[in-house]
Amino acid sequence: MSYIEIRNIFKIFGPDPEKSLKLARDGADKDEILAQTGHTVGLHDVSLSIERGETFVVMGLSGSGKSTLIRHLNRLIDPTSGEVLFDGTDILAMSINELNAFRRKRLGMVFQRFGLLPHRSVVDNVGYGLEIQDVDRSTRENAARNWIERVGLAGYEDKFPDQLSGGMQQRVGLARALTTDPEVLLMDEAFSALDPLIRNDMQDELMKLQGELHKTIVFITHDLDEALKLGDRIAILKDGKLIQIGRPEEIIMRPADDYVRAFTRDVNRSRVLRAKTLMQPLVNGGEVNASWPEITGDMRLEDILPVALATGGSMAVINGKKEPIGILSKEQVIAALAA
Amino acid sequence: MFPEQLNVPLGKWVNRFVDWLVVNYGDAFEAFADSLLTVLVWLEQILRGTPWWIVVIAIAVIGFHASRNWKIAAGLAIAMVAIGSLGLWDKAMQTLALMIVATALSVIIGVPVGIAMAMSNRLRAVMLPILDTMQTMPSFVYLIPALMLFGLGKVPAILATVIYAAPPVIRLTDLGIRLVDPEVLEASRSFGANRRQILWKVQLPLALPNIMAGINQTTMMAISMVVIASMIGARGLGEQVLMGIQRLDVGAGMEAGIAIVLLAVVFDRIGQAYGKRSHRSHKAEGKS
Repeated sequence: MSYIEIRNIFKIFGPDPEKSLKLARDGADKDEILAQTGHTVGLHDVSLSIERGETFVVMGLSGSGKSTLIRHLNRLIDPTSGEVLFDGTDILAMSINELNAFRRKRLGMVFQRFGLLPHRSVVDNVGYGLEIQDVDRSTRENAARNWIERVGLAGYEDKFPDQLSGGMQQRVGLARALTTDPEVLLMDEAFSALDPLIRNDMQDELMKLQGELHKTIVFITHDLDEALKLGDRIAILKDGKLIQIGRPEEIIMRPADDYVRAFTRDVNRSRVLRAKTLMQPLVNGGEVNASWPEITGDMRLEDILPVALATGGSMAVINGKKEPIGILSKEQVIAALAA
Repeated sequence: MFPEQLNVPLGKWVNRFVDWLVVNYGDAFEAFADSLLTVLVWLEQILRGTPWWIVVIAIAVIGFHASRNWKIAAGLAIAMVAIGSLGLWDKAMQTLALMIVATALSVIIGVPVGIAMAMSNRLRAVMLPILDTMQTMPSFVYLIPALMLFGLGKVPAILATVIYAAPPVIRLTDLGIRLVDPEVLEASRSFGANRRQILWKVQLPLALPNIMAGINQTTMMAISMVVIASMIGARGLGEQVLMGIQRLDVGAGMEAGIAIVLLAVVFDRIGQAYGKRSHRSHKAEGKS
């Protein structure tokens, strides 16, 4: 069983969701149900599993249900029907006290518009999660100061949120979520409100932190580039339905339908595709020529390109132990770029 | 003519209900009235017993604490001295005591009711018309049953004042809590805060500027009730206005009216200054 499992979640917004649920189960889509009953379908039969330690990105446009989906993981929203299992425990069966204990100990969340407490200083905002757990003041201030420093805000401990820029406020939000040392970090469009340069910085910062912390991250975004950059796996939602789920290369190379294809058209493929995906694997006994240049399986197309242009023929793809695992030709590189 | 058969004898019913209350619960009302009276008399004695200049200095200090501005503090002290120089110091202290007790009672009742209204849409739907009625019903109408239950004097005056003055603090507490940014509440819930923690750590602090504005309005409305309160036996500045009307003594009425206005100005300035501070206190501290 996976770490987090979501099974057959339906979420219908409105005063009487049961009737619409039946329609949805019979296959009516979002627009039909809205026209017939006035109810909005948030999620339509979504099932997915998330593994421990991975960065799982949920991508979709506004109204696709992605923010609704992430709120099912900590029960800020309860489903109309379906199951949410966390490490084998059914979180929908929890009492309110059990749920609060679960949220306190195991989850941290970062919000699009930060959700900081405007009447509290940075250090008191960051220590808020521990304060809820009745941790004493000096312990939580130490923890808060440690995380404020790690997200690069040392010196701003006593400032108030409205004295900080958007990027700095979201660093506070990130530090606040990390201070309780949660297993899972839920990030709801965490960087969407930031301007592009700051957003890029924050993405790099998050990847750096994740390299040290190995949390399980569920990241919501409407930006495919962000999804491809951060995600170990990506789920694409449209009108509350799960359209495709897979590794970034799979999304680019084999889009599930025209909707996903339209999205991927503008993506800079050379930044996403890696040697591993494009190469011809060495079936046991395959030979590589010793004179071919070597590239690692994790190298991105944009880094392979100069090597490919310098060589006359093929390249040997090697793994971490310097063993050859595949062959990549110049023609394959060019074909992948042109596709 | 409206057909007589359709007349509803509402008046008779109300009379019967009030009679029933007096007969069955008279003792309870009396006990309540006594405890309220004890507090009021005690406060009145303190205010009237304290030398006038200590009261003036106390008002100035409170004014400075609220506004951090010497000019406002000095202005408030001058207003108080002006009341004294009109020869109305003692009566102003009586009015002040009545007002403080009525405002305190309004806040003690109003803030929890406002919180409950913010939590429950159903309660809010019930309370809004009641609040409208409390504010628009001519106060004489509820003075009569208050008189029957509590007799002539200060207690019915306080209750009439509370009925008239409590709605603003109730409404603004409700509004203030409802205006709290939903994402901040969601963030608080996502960290496992329970309802009590959300109320005390998030909702009330963020609603405070609105609650302070409500308390300020409640205070102003309590002052505006002093003349009516004096009609049922409350002493103070209102009594003086009433006397001016009865004796056609325009001068005496005017003096008492000016004293009421000055008292209102003093409390409005103090209330507003505290309201502003609750609004921006974090910014001021952050810059220091």
